[in-house]
Amino acid sequence: MTIKTLHRPRHAAVAGLLSVALVAAACGSSSTSKSSSSTPSSGGGSSAPGVTANSILLGSTQPLTGPAAPGYSEIAPASNALFQAVNAAGGIYGRKIVYQYVDDQYNPSVTATKTRQLVLQNNIFADFNPLGTPTQLTVQPFLNSQGVPQLFVASGCDCWSSSKYPWSSGWQPPYTDEGKILGTYIKDNLAGKKVGYLYQDDEFGLDGVKGLDAVLPSSTVVSRQTYSVTTLTAGMANQIAALKAAGAQVVALYTIPAATALTLLAAAQIGYSPTWVVSSVGSDPPTLAGLLTSFSKGKAPASLLNGMVTNIYLPPESDNSNPWIQAFKAIQAKYDSNNKNWDGNVEYGMAVAYTMVDLLKAAGKNLTRQSLLQALDTKAGSFTGPWLVPLSYSGSDHYGIQGSQIAVNQGGLNLVPTGPVYQTTVSGPVTTVTNYTPAAPPANLAG
Amino acid sequence: MGRPVDLDRRTTSAAMATGGSTTGQAPGRWLRTARLPRQPFLRHGLITLVAGVALFLLTDSLGPFNDFQMAQIAIYAVAVAGLGLLTGWNGQISLGHGALMAVGAFATAELNIHTNVALALQILAGVAAAAVAGVIVGMIAARLRGPYLAGATLALALALPEIAVKYSTVLGGEEGLTLNPLTSPRSVNLDRWMAWISLLCALLVTMLLANLATSRFGRAFRAVRDDEIAASLAGINVARTQVLAFVVSSACAGLAGSLLGLAVGNVGPQSFEVALSISLLAAMVIGGTGGMLGAWIGGFFLVYVPQWSSSVSHSLHLSTAVESNLSLAFYGVVLMVVIIVAPSGIQGGIEAAARLAGRLAFGRPPLLAPAESDLVSPSPATDTPRPIRNPKEDT
Amino acid sequence: MTRFFDLTLNGVTNGMIYALVALGLVLIWRATRVINFAQGAMAMFTTYLSVSLLDRSVGYWWAFAFALFAGLVFGAVVERVLVRPVENKPPINAVIVTLGLLILLEALAGAIWGGQDRAFPAAFSQAGLKVGRTQLAFSRFDVFIVVIVFAMMLALLALFQGSDLGLRMRASAFAPEVSRLLGVRVGRMLTLGWALASLAGSLAGVLVAPLVLLFPNNMDTVLIFSFTAAIIGGLESPIGALIGGIVVGLSLSYVGGYLGSSLETLGALAILLVVLMLRPEGIFSRAAPRRV
Repeated sequence: MTIKTLHRPRHAAVAGLLSVALVAAACGSSSTSKSSSSTPSSGGGSSAPGVTANSILLGSTQPLTGPAAPGYSEIAPASNALFQAVNAAGGIYGRKIVYQYVDDQYNPSVTATKTRQLVLQNNIFADFNPLGTPTQLTVQPFLNSQGVPQLFVASGCDCWSSSKYPWSSGWQPPYTDEGKILGTYIKDNLAGKKVGYLYQDDEFGLDGVKGLDAVLPSSTVVSRQTYSVTTLTAGMANQIAALKAAGAQVVALYTIPAATALTLLAAAQIGYSPTWVVSSVGSDPPTLAGLLTSFSKGKAPASLLNGMVTNIYLPPESDNSNPWIQAFKAIQAKYDSNNKNWDGNVEYGMAVAYTMVDLLKAAGKNLTRQSLLQALDTKAGSFTGPWLVPLSYSGSDHYGIQGSQIAVNQGGLNLVPTGPVYQTTVSGPVTTVTNYTPAAPPANLAG
Repeated sequence: MGRPVDLDRRTTSAAMATGGSTTGQAPGRWLRTARLPRQPFLRHGLITLVAGVALFLLTDSLGPFNDFQMAQIAIYAVAVAGLGLLTGWNGQISLGHGALMAVGAFATAELNIHTNVALALQILAGVAAAAVAGVIVGMIAARLRGPYLAGATLALALALPEIAVKYSTVLGGEEGLTLNPLTSPRSVNLDRWMAWISLLCALLVTMLLANLATSRFGRAFRAVRDDEIAASLAGINVARTQVLAFVVSSACAGLAGSLLGLAVGNVGPQSFEVALSISLLAAMVIGGTGGMLGAWIGGFFLVYVPQWSSSVSHSLHLSTAVESNLSLAFYGVVLMVVIIVAPSGIQGGIEAAARLAGRLAFGRPPLLAPAESDLVSPSPATDTPRPIRNPKEDT
Repeated sequence: MTRFFDLTLNGVTNGMIYALVALGLVLIWRATRVINFAQGAMAMFTTYLSVSLLDRSVGYWWAFAFALFAGLVFGAVVERVLVRPVENKPPINAVIVTLGLLILLEALAGAIWGGQDRAFPAAFSQAGLKVGRTQLAFSRFDVFIVVIVFAMMLALLALFQGSDLGLRMRASAFAPEVSRLLGVRVGRMLTLGWALASLAGSLAGVLVAPLVLLFPNNMDTVLIFSFTAAIIGGLESPIGALIGGIVVGLSLSYVGGYLGSSLETLGALAILLVVLMLRPEGIFSRAAPRRV
């Protein structure tokens, strides 16, 4: 006959489960803000959360760690540096910008969590320059249903200008636009040559190729090679061998900087030197030069960059005579001194932050999310800044920079602009921009 | 004095008292029926009910972000419980449960986007798809042992999400598939509604798995884990048992993936990378391999420890690179410390504490059925034979 | 035909790297029955240590030797401090410890040296060797990789099969109780096993960094492919690690070259499953007698 046991482990189990619940409650009640807990789906509790008499809270999700971090993790600190310079000069109508950016490791599940935390717990005013296409597509419905501006998304997907999601906006040129402009250069200046593509196998590469194909006749494209970020570590030798075997004299690269560097290395290894036409995403000269120093034991690494064609929409970083470059460099030295590298990512971060500052100013002293959106629709199209192409924001268009100029690398770090400045739209033709020069920066920008 | 004891009838009534059936027959049947207890089912049901009420009240008092986190805890609890069944009770290490979650998530996403079926059906489709995948993977896995199984499932975790990239027109590619948002009844906040659904699923799953543990299937799983040859001599079909464990475990993973897709709103390869499979494994071991409470603890660990370590490093006001990496470093250190200090996980630690409390309060060693400790801290068959139990302890 | 040749050469070079990391995994498995998931991260960390020497204008070969030495020490420390407490527990606990170490090392590398990509110099020129008029996809550096991996393999074989120390190490792994009775310091042998494995890993780290660039997560996929290679070859055998590495390297190269890069990981999975279905314990493992 068995003695009925007292089943203490069962009691422990019940106790444990309830204690878990209690601890969760403790965590919850210590950080939840009841005011936003009963929000229906239309807009936030008040129309200007995150705005006080002397501060504006901006949030963002960025890949600060993980395989996607190299390069991109420089952007948010650079933006923050510009915000601090503006704060030092008095802020915007007396309000200082507080920029809270958190790590989402380029994982959409983490982005969903962190974005909700920023909006529901930290009460940010707007999600500024969050990075990544899959990550931001995940939170686009949530942000729009909560009425939170998803501003200047750091992605070239053609997803950020949509009547279904009015609170979203892009900033950098969509990849399709870039592809069309690069294709136009190839068609006009490298006519008759055989063209090959090497692109990333996700929407970054696919959109770029869509743009190239819209302009280049398909008979000139002799080889299309792809690579996957997951297996980037296996190198690019196979793809390069295929391109060489097909006889491509011009190769269009839709590659991230690491992939561009590996491509150049693989090509140099077999003595293959076509004309490289590279998207702005992967062509930043300082980044590439740094990655190529290992080749040939340091002998002439940057010569591999000579003649590389790319598109730029901001002044070339090596142009030290440009007043914007001077101002940005001064701001970096003063407010982002941890980062010793001056490169395209830093310039990008500061330029987009400058747009944000202009937008906050245009939204007026009575700052609400509505007034911000209004300013974006009506005034942002005429903002001046370092961009080489006028901004195209309007009530029906939430893309920012929709054009570029072509630049050619003259050995090492110098990008020399050449030819006209092009402008286009995702589905429209490529036109040239006339009667536009970027304005000079305001005198006190660098503080 | 008194009538001679009728041994048979006494045995019969004892058997009936424990809810079993009838007269003593062939030893196999006796073993099965006499040990088919109703009480554990009632016990599990009662615990589930109490926990369910407690958690429901909890969600009511929390804000939407914390409700979202409760949903995530529940989702991870489901996945970890399934993994615990496979690894803890059945001894098969799987490093590929993230991929099985992806199967469930994609199935649900496709139904959600292309059809109008009810939510319950969408979720069931995810479960079913993952179960089918589990049959296939399980049949392969039944031939593999130990690190070889680990390596195969790791390769699966890496390769399976690539299928979504390859067939991007149907499966969304790198961008992933964006699901239609849920519709919650009347004025219930969406995040709270999702939390209720997830918690309900998680409670049901843990209750069902706890019942499974005390049933003959659970015993078969553990028998195969401990000694395959003895188990097959006792009449258990080893391969079928292992495949069954895999299928149940995959179904749980599919349910978790399905719910995760619905909660997050987007299903793509970036959400189901190798890191997810490894996190599930870590959560399982930290919580307590194979235990149901351990599964909930593991879920809690996965949701709150990264957040806690982020806020700790944020409060130190360091540079960006250091701060974001520091929270990851904390996470790694916590993993190592917990495992070295509490090898049976936190549930094992709680139970050890409960035993200690019992001993202190009641002054005698508590009576533990050996099967209970098997659930919590199993020792999968290694090259060294397990020590023979002291018969005096089996009371 | 040149394409096939190029793909083969590329596959062999990468395969050698996978073989080297797989060799470390095999050594650790044989010694302590633990799968070291931090093998790649430890290699990455020692490579970063040597890069910080290079930044201070130390000569390349000194930095190279330092990386190897650091690997040796690192492996010994990890075994003593982290793995020893979990050696007699369920094997999955050791897996978690090494996973925790992986996360910690990647985070530390990012915190100390920043998360940006860095170049790492190669020991020899990476320009392809010229045969006649064609330039092969094989450089002096690639030759160096192949030669040094073979050399390491031979050295380890000589150690294990031909020396007293090797005999003691094998005995400690195979029958620890009996070895203790015979006077072998089993603990020290296990530590030595880890140290040698970590040395192999560090060597792989400095060989692969010029090819894939140096950043905290650069060894992640290398580790997974190396683990696959070790499984294919059978975790008991260093020769198996070499064969497995070459098989994985070649198959990734051919699949990527002929079928497209997005199918590479699926190709690796397919090869792995084919091998395991035919021989569930890898190609070169000796079937362990089943205890009844």
